[in-house]
Amino acid sequence: MADKKFSILDPFSSVDLGLAESADGVKQWAIANRAIIQPVKKFFNEMIVGIDAVLNAVPPMIMLVILILIAWQAAGRRVAVLVGVAMFALGFLSPNAWGLAMTTLAIVVSAVILCFIIGLPLGILAGKNDRFETAMRPVLDTMQTIPAFVYLVPVVMLIGIGNVSGVIVTIIFALPPLIRLTSLGIRGVNPSVVEAARAFGANPRQILFKVELPLATPTILAGVNQTIMLSLSMVVIASMISVKGLGNEVLRAMGRLDAGKALVGGLGIVILAIVLDRITQGMGQSGRERGHRHWWQGGPVGAVLRLAGKA
Amino acid sequence: MLYASRILEGERQVTMQPDDAVIDCRNLWKIFGRRADEAMKAVQEQGLGKLEVRDKFDCVVGVQDATFTVGRGEIFCIMGLSGSGKSTLIRHVNRLIEPTSGQLFIEGQDVNQLSARDLREVRAEKIGMVFQNMALMPHRTVLDNVSFSQEVRGHDPKARRENAMRAIDAVDLNGWDQKYPDELSGGMQQRVGLARAIAADPSILLMDEPFSALDPLIRRQLQDKFMSLSAEMKKTTLFITHDLDEAIRIGDRIAIMKDGALVQVGTPEDIVTNPADDYVADFVAGISKLELISAAKIMTPVEQFEQLNGPANTDSWPEAHPDHSLDDLVNLSIATQHPVVVKAGGKAIGIVTKNALLRGIQGDVEDAASLKH
Repeated sequence: MADKKFSILDPFSSVDLGLAESADGVKQWAIANRAIIQPVKKFFNEMIVGIDAVLNAVPPMIMLVILILIAWQAAGRRVAVLVGVAMFALGFLSPNAWGLAMTTLAIVVSAVILCFIIGLPLGILAGKNDRFETAMRPVLDTMQTIPAFVYLVPVVMLIGIGNVSGVIVTIIFALPPLIRLTSLGIRGVNPSVVEAARAFGANPRQILFKVELPLATPTILAGVNQTIMLSLSMVVIASMISVKGLGNEVLRAMGRLDAGKALVGGLGIVILAIVLDRITQGMGQSGRERGHRHWWQGGPVGAVLRLAGKA
Repeated sequence: MLYASRILEGERQVTMQPDDAVIDCRNLWKIFGRRADEAMKAVQEQGLGKLEVRDKFDCVVGVQDATFTVGRGEIFCIMGLSGSGKSTLIRHVNRLIEPTSGQLFIEGQDVNQLSARDLREVRAEKIGMVFQNMALMPHRTVLDNVSFSQEVRGHDPKARRENAMRAIDAVDLNGWDQKYPDELSGGMQQRVGLARAIAADPSILLMDEPFSALDPLIRRQLQDKFMSLSAEMKKTTLFITHDLDEAIRIGDRIAIMKDGALVQVGTPEDIVTNPADDYVADFVAGISKLELISAAKIMTPVEQFEQLNGPANTDSWPEAHPDHSLDDLVNLSIATQHPVVVKAGGKAIGIVTKNALLRGIQGDVEDAASLKH
């Protein structure tokens, strides 16, 4: 198009800056520098494989009980019942649905743990520093809105197909809400409480850990919840780069126009999403909203402690 | 230290010994805004006013040339309307706000020269602060709130618990130590705030409108509680209020603040009987003088009285002490038709006629004493 005659009314079609070609150089760079990334890849891979192995080694019924207990502790009895029913339904979707769900869970858990490790410090920094927040905002916008297919290729070129790339792609998409909500939470802490902490001699670290983070926790947990939801919404796209699990089922069914199988895989993802959402939302509530004071006073732990106290 | 700072008390100049001054604030200025330093320079060199600073530099003058000292064990009230800069001023004492210019000494130590670490130590060990909006930590129990300053200093858990329980006990909140702030009423929350301030046994208390957010009855109760605690603990206190009645009730001395400047500093009696300008006069107009003005202020010296009325036979007259309030004089005066004689050390030094008493109740001290009525 560059040979087209320049027109002031339509300058764009006659000028070609060659952006796409030069950006493609990133791909070449990635291929050339694969070796650097290997230790990181190894760490990621071992983490994912480890979590996957544990989740798949536990017999489904025991895992179910564990999930119900976690839900009961984190969110109360009603959510525990819901989680139990939902996980039963998941298991009965198809004979291999449970195993696939555990694999997907392993990917999501890895991605969320890494998001938390990366996102919390960045969020705190953004909450404390206006400049950093301003600089961060367009980056986060890009991460959230740029189509996943755009970074799928460079990531694969750099790391290769498989679980590690899947987790990295998931992190890119799922990280922003955690950073945003952590920053929001820190900014939302009542400044007079922070001032009181200063007036009584707390240092910046003590203010962060004893005042700001505890008070921002509900907002931060809302961010974790969003991160989990976005991670789950990435599993089908991640399966395009050879990530196993429920997403892969959906992708394969799509290729074969097998609507039934796609539905099974899709429902599995939805059920997993509901279970994780309810549990994390429950964690965001303070114990007192549910009628007891400390987390250990309710749920199964509370029941055990009460029994032990009576015995 | 070789200085002795002078305070304008009504029309008298009182010289305080440096050893007495626990808080010593000298020529303190605070200007808010991006061009504060430029504005400060212009103020010092050209003597710009508050409005000129605002127009020229887009800066706000928070505190203007504040100078005062607070002696050991004294309760010093700063009274002013909202926006007068009193909350800004009190925050300079523990350096929550850095001054633009001027100095502030605590027990002879320049607060603004302290390192961050030393400053934190001073804040935790030497100063207790109570806030208007309580500013309790909602995620901590009453006990954990009260022991906060000792916790950040890393004191032994057992000792800080004991100190905190003692403070909770002092504000009559026994049994509430495991509750959370939102389970308490406003008055109780502010008592927790008070307990938190005294838990580490600091030598200085900063009270930033502590009782303003409470309803009148609870406010009165807390004032009484504070005054009885204060009489017991004898802590040097800087007390901010927008309520002159409260300032008079609580303060040993009062400073009136307007537009960031201290307009007048003096004892409650000085302020009420000798307002420095119309602004202060407006404030004190509605204040009852009965408890504030002493017999010494309105009495006519015996010699002057005798010059005008001939020799006075004071034997059958009711007798008063120079420190007696107008209220006491009224009681004495009602029982008889005679004037009241004021005696010190068994010797008659002054005479208060009924007319002088009436003028005194109006607050017109000079008129009362001069017998011109």
